[in-house]
Amino acid sequence: MEASASRSEINAQNKKRRKTSWRQYIPFYVMALPGVIYMICNNYLPMGGIIIAFKNMNFKKGIWGSDWAGFDNFKFLFASQDAWTITRNTLLYNSAFIVLGTVLSIAVAILINEVKNKTASKMYQSLILLPFLMSWVIVNYLVFALLSAETGLLNNSILNALGKPAVSWYNEKQYWPYILIISNMWKTIGYSMIIYLSSIVGISQDYYEAASIDGASKWRQTWAITIPLLKPTIITLFILSVGRIFYSDFGLFYQVPRNSGTLYSVTRTIDVYVYNALMRNSDFGMSSAASVYQSIVGFTLVLGANLLIRKLSRENALF
Amino acid sequence: MNFKLDETRVWQYSAHIVMIFLSVCALMPFILLFIASFTDNTTAMVNGYSFFPEKWSLDAYQYITREWRTVGQAYIMTILVTVIGTAGSLAITSMFAYAISNRNLPGRKLLSFMSIFTMLFNGGIVSSYYVYSSVFQIKNTIWALIIPNLLMNAFTVMLVRNYFANSVSPSITEAARIDGAGEFRIFARIMLPLSVPILATIGLMGAIAYWNDWTNGLYFLTERDGGHLYTVQLVLNSINENINFLANNSQITASAGRMELPSTTIRMAIAVIGILPIILAYPFFQKYFIKGIALGGVKE
Repeated sequence: MEASASRSEINAQNKKRRKTSWRQYIPFYVMALPGVIYMICNNYLPMGGIIIAFKNMNFKKGIWGSDWAGFDNFKFLFASQDAWTITRNTLLYNSAFIVLGTVLSIAVAILINEVKNKTASKMYQSLILLPFLMSWVIVNYLVFALLSAETGLLNNSILNALGKPAVSWYNEKQYWPYILIISNMWKTIGYSMIIYLSSIVGISQDYYEAASIDGASKWRQTWAITIPLLKPTIITLFILSVGRIFYSDFGLFYQVPRNSGTLYSVTRTIDVYVYNALMRNSDFGMSSAASVYQSIVGFTLVLGANLLIRKLSRENALF
Repeated sequence: MNFKLDETRVWQYSAHIVMIFLSVCALMPFILLFIASFTDNTTAMVNGYSFFPEKWSLDAYQYITREWRTVGQAYIMTILVTVIGTAGSLAITSMFAYAISNRNLPGRKLLSFMSIFTMLFNGGIVSSYYVYSSVFQIKNTIWALIIPNLLMNAFTVMLVRNYFANSVSPSITEAARIDGAGEFRIFARIMLPLSVPILATIGLMGAIAYWNDWTNGLYFLTERDGGHLYTVQLVLNSINENINFLANNSQITASAGRMELPSTTIRMAIAVIGILPIILAYPFFQKYFIKGIALGGVKE
């Protein structure tokens, strides 16, 4: 009797506490609400919109009114040459960016770390980072000032002076892999350099002092101390970018080649294809099929990359 | 010993040389753009853009001051979008981050997962376009430039949550709670002032993202009905699109009812005006910007 009474008392107390504690959390939910609403509108509703790819989309009828198309949109997409081209371009350019970007930004970070003059070092960092602040629209203008067939610096001042004929840059495919890679390196190296520099700065000076006492040259110290200690950062960033290899930088591939049709076979990536199919041709079938194809493969890769990082360094994983 | 000193010196010199070279590479296109905007238009057409033009001219800028209505309007839009967007983004992000920084909050795991999952999976551009244009009817309104994609992202949420959880001592908020302060009061009066460094960093990143954005306008504004909402970036982009349009359809001339295209130097001058504010402000915020990147706060 007594025991049960006290138990019910405790229960009542617990209930009361739970009630008040629940109430005490209400302000937190209120604060989380705008963010939750935003994510539902911006992220979760579009996830449901994936069914557009399986519909014969008619804007007037809306999603629910349009007829089902099954996998027809995907069949059309993969029957075209485009599907292969855009996949190849996306993967090859991203691979080039990952490899070159990693090597160059580490090299730049190591060299900048050697500059002992603080003011000079800060100035170099700021200048090399400056392009990262610019939008791709601006980069489009800058590249155009160099490459324009009629007024560009390259044709008029450099090729001319060398006695070489002018090149119609925006119509000749063979140069574009280089132009795109250089443009991307120019814009993004400063960013990844800062990340590597911040982990180089974190390396204890004791290692280097011990190494110089043992007579190791700077070159050797770089390979035996700096690079091995950077390895975790390199691996993490590498895996993260491999996880995003199916997504391309729309701005780079849309703005820099100025959406020139003659260059499509070497400049068009999945994102540019989706944009053109959707906004220029109003082709909901092809664009949504390509966009869902990117989402699904992209999701698999991001997931795989994160599982791998989780194994290697828990704290860098997203989940 | 002597050899060692020399080796250090060799590294010093080569580092300086490489860095000066890279800095020049980074800066050179901007200088060319700048000089091109001060070049006489005929000179530019005949000799091309050059670092040493034969004839200088202020014509491009005079044209812009005459036509200030278009450029000035675009400027006002850019500033408006940047201010509203950054403020909204800071508010939503910090409140959400504060909620999930509370370890005892029931459902905290679910909220965190909801945010992180947006980094892993997305519905793609087409369905996002459909949702915003058909469901929310956002086309050709100012909200089209503010709301899609830029308002909140999981990465900054994570940064702010970590800061709230690790850099602000829980005993401070606990003491305030015992004194009877409400959660909103604690958030606004204690949490936010103590988190100024991280808020300044993500605010700066947000402001740059809004200032530079042109993709939202590309998708959700049409030149005919949304042209009055164009930001500087969108004006620059639409000049390009019209030029490309003419280049690809050479039988149509500029006189066929389309807008008159600015001359080559005027285009460069508008671009200069577009980047000038960032370049002028850069020395003041570069410290925070670099810190933000080192934190991982800037997404590519």
